[in-house]
Amino acid sequence: MKHHIILRIVSKILIPIIMLFALYVQFHGDFGPGGGFQAGVIFASALILHVLVFGLENTQKVIKSTTLQIFAALGVLIFAGVGVVTMLLGGEFLNYNYLAKSAVSGQHLGILIIELGVGITVASVILLIFYHFAGLKADD
Amino acid sequence: MTDWHAIITYWAVITLLVFGLYIVTASSNLVKKIIGLNIFQAAVFVMYISMAKILNGTAPIITDKINEFSAYSNPLPHVLILTAIVVGVSTTALGLALIVRIKQSYNTIEETEIRQQEQTEKE
Amino acid sequence: MFICVIGISLLRNLFAGAILLSVYSLLAACLFIIMDAVDVAFTEAAVGAGISTILVLATILYTGQECQRHIKIKWAPLVLSLAVGGLLIYGTMDIPAYGKKDNPIHQYKVTKNYLEKSQKETGAPNIVTVILASKRGYDTLGEVVVVFCAGIGVLLLLGGFKRKSKNKLNTTNETDNEEVPS
Repeated sequence: MKHHIILRIVSKILIPIIMLFALYVQFHGDFGPGGGFQAGVIFASALILHVLVFGLENTQKVIKSTTLQIFAALGVLIFAGVGVVTMLLGGEFLNYNYLAKSAVSGQHLGILIIELGVGITVASVILLIFYHFAGLKADD
Repeated sequence: MTDWHAIITYWAVITLLVFGLYIVTASSNLVKKIIGLNIFQAAVFVMYISMAKILNGTAPIITDKINEFSAYSNPLPHVLILTAIVVGVSTTALGLALIVRIKQSYNTIEETEIRQQEQTEKE
Repeated sequence: MFICVIGISLLRNLFAGAILLSVYSLLAACLFIIMDAVDVAFTEAAVGAGISTILVLATILYTGQECQRHIKIKWAPLVLSLAVGGLLIYGTMDIPAYGKKDNPIHQYKVTKNYLEKSQKETGAPNIVTVILASKRGYDTLGEVVVVFCAGIGVLLLLGGFKRKSKNKLNTTNETDNEEVPS
């Protein structure tokens, strides 16, 4: 794709905006439509655009496959870790009331943190799957 | 029995569902089977969401302007389908990965040809 | 939507099928918006129209675009699908009408509870997010684990590709018992 100069420049401009939009969707999910799943997919699609335009090798220089594996596990760990923390603070598993001083802010904090965990896992797993499918094309 | 134009949305969904099922069962190409499975899946999603809808209602995001609408639509099917969509894409990815492996082993993704190869192997 | 589906069932070019699938998903997302399910529409547009299409396209780049031509209609699957459709239509005779406020699903206690109390309890106005993250936290946790497992599965299936590819491609048409059962 070296000759498509318009594609390269437009995607260079677009990729940060897509990532910013993903973060907006992630952290605005409790006020408007959105949440961890959508944000993860949008974040992954920004990097998929990078793969399509600049090639798989260049993207893998930015984010390695092994890093993604670690992040995928980290997301699940954040989610389950919140549950364990609430147990340590005296509540049941995933009962966010105990996370902060008042129950309402505890719930809000809990929702934000687990949405973050969901987003990290979904983004890294989808990117990981795409890396492997795109690697097929390069091999054949 | 309810009035027929009150349930015609369900009939539309069922038509889509029948097409999806036909593609899954009739085509021998494995990728096409996955595409049919996706159609079937989306039809089921539409059916669930159509159950949650209230006419003149609005999306289940609490606002102060609720007086303009009569009600919020039911949020519970929305949550179920939200998770189902993401699970659906992960199963699709897994199925496609299996298809790639089948291609590597048999050098084809047509069901009939795979069966022929298996039979010649047995003989 | 119907045109897309009929096109997929008739065309034998898989590339066209994948693009039509994307259009179909996008139309489904529009339907979700009409039915007031904004979160679901968002997800369907991102996941169904975006990611699935890209994965299918990547697969058919590897496996080839054309599928076998079969002109004649296969009767057994057709009869089966029509029978299922007929049964479902028979089932819809007793279903409550579309969009009425007094349907059983809207009268259920849990729904009212969610709609009335969730903002007071959590301070977040989007009820779908509240149910997803807080009220049904176990459900979502299990689902994240499912996504994670799918990632692991794809990794296991395609990760060892480079090691095996050379000797497999040569022996595909002969017997290769080592690969088949696994």
